[in-house]
Amino acid sequence: MSTKKNLRKQLDDINEYEREPIPTQKLKGWKSFIGTYAGEHTAGTEFVIGPLFVAHGASAFDLVTGLLVGNILAVLSWAFLTARIAVKERLTLYYQLEKIAGTKFTFVYNLVNAGLFCFLAGAMIAVSATAVGIPFDLAMPSLTDIYPNSVGWVITVFIVGAITTGIAMFGFERVSKFSNVAAPWMIMVFIAAAIGVLPQLGVSSIGDFWQVAKNSIWTGVPLEGQSKFTFWHIVFFAWFCNMAMHIGMADLSLLRYAKKWQYGFSSISGVFLGHYIAWIASGILYSLFLMSAADSSSFSPGPIAYGAAGIAGAACVFIAGLTTANPTLYRAGLAIQSINPQWKTWKVTLLVGLFTTIAACFPALVMRLLEFVALYGLILMPVGAVIFIDVYVLERIGLKRNYAALTDTSFNWSVGITWVITLVLCLSLNLAAGVEIFFLGLPGWFIAVLVYLVCNKILQKQDLKITSRLVKDNLVSDLKS
Amino acid sequence: MKNILVIVSIICLIITLVPSFLVFAGFMTLEMNKTLMLVGTIGWFVTAPSWMNKKEKA
Repeated sequence: MSTKKNLRKQLDDINEYEREPIPTQKLKGWKSFIGTYAGEHTAGTEFVIGPLFVAHGASAFDLVTGLLVGNILAVLSWAFLTARIAVKERLTLYYQLEKIAGTKFTFVYNLVNAGLFCFLAGAMIAVSATAVGIPFDLAMPSLTDIYPNSVGWVITVFIVGAITTGIAMFGFERVSKFSNVAAPWMIMVFIAAAIGVLPQLGVSSIGDFWQVAKNSIWTGVPLEGQSKFTFWHIVFFAWFCNMAMHIGMADLSLLRYAKKWQYGFSSISGVFLGHYIAWIASGILYSLFLMSAADSSSFSPGPIAYGAAGIAGAACVFIAGLTTANPTLYRAGLAIQSINPQWKTWKVTLLVGLFTTIAACFPALVMRLLEFVALYGLILMPVGAVIFIDVYVLERIGLKRNYAALTDTSFNWSVGITWVITLVLCLSLNLAAGVEIFFLGLPGWFIAVLVYLVCNKILQKQDLKITSRLVKDNLVSDLKS
Repeated sequence: MKNILVIVSIICLIITLVPSFLVFAGFMTLEMNKTLMLVGTIGWFVTAPSWMNKKEKA
């Protein structure tokens, strides 16, 4: 009983500073962020994304150069956009947004955001489950599966979901520690698994690698039914696959713990280990699988890694999924909790974990991961553009920042209109002009910036006129009485 | 004690990674590599948590 009470007290005492700037003594050093980013981005998804570049017919040269450019752009976005604002304001994305857009807008945004985070965490849990199912000879989902294919799959997903939720319930500190321990080992397994299978692909010396890479791994020819990926697809995917986190400002919640804005560059550990080395490594493993598999539509990261690296490979898929699902689940918990700050973080995370685990039962979440990741970034991006303009531009052009807090408004229409118009115009670009979802983030950001500036110019002028008239009327009536 | 654990952890990471290069060079079988990777993995997770995540000095 006392243990139960202690655990409850321990959970209740976890203070994540959701509605106040982080105190100086709680700020974290480089090590914490390097570990978190490395763990978060050397993840279960890398076992899916790397192979999908192979399936989409990326050429070896496009892959190597495209990832380099795209990843550099991603790190610069984290440092110069997210980290600078995070350190300046030291608030969660949700509280920052509440001050700008009002409680009602934040409520809607939080629901959308939490839903997307849940689906992303769900994909990670599903990837982990493919590793857990190996010893039980579990029937794995294939590329075309949408619904759960067996009771065993559902049970496995629920076990993995329970572990993930349990860790996330203990807050950022625990998540960070878990990532720190797993990250160096995971990247070793990714590299070792790929190096170990190179002879089977026909690479007998270092000099052979580039020829085999061009002719057997990233051949430039997409698999049947898959679209062709060019250099630009790879650049934009690498840049925008975490768009929600950097340009979309979700990582304000994480980087507000940073001592200096330069800590945003610690994202380099995540992108160059996870989105460069790990994508290349998992592409190598998948091309070997394609060479030897009878059914090329079957796709399960767990068994692919197990074939190359044995139990350590399967464990890597399991843990890589967990280290990404954990912070994502934690973010989803924060998003929901900001609806009612009185709710305890751990209780919210428990509920979010249950929803996520149910979503993870559907294999479609993994099989359409590229499109989902791009869509997820696109949907959340306009709010990042709004925050950027609010923090850096509005006061310079004579407008008020944190407008909802200033005017005690629960719904700032400038933000609402910006969000809707940006997404509608992006959808139009996709449907009418055929611009693929991977490229929409860039024009979308400029659309959001422009619409937000115009809306503010019009609406703030009107609102402030009304407010000043009301103040004037009140003063006159006060003087008369 | 901490230094010993750090050294053991690093050795475990080396055991996880280096044998794959021996497979590549033709000096080891893939099955032996898998076994060594498992040994390295167990060693890492047994030793690393006890010295990683110690509070950073301000």
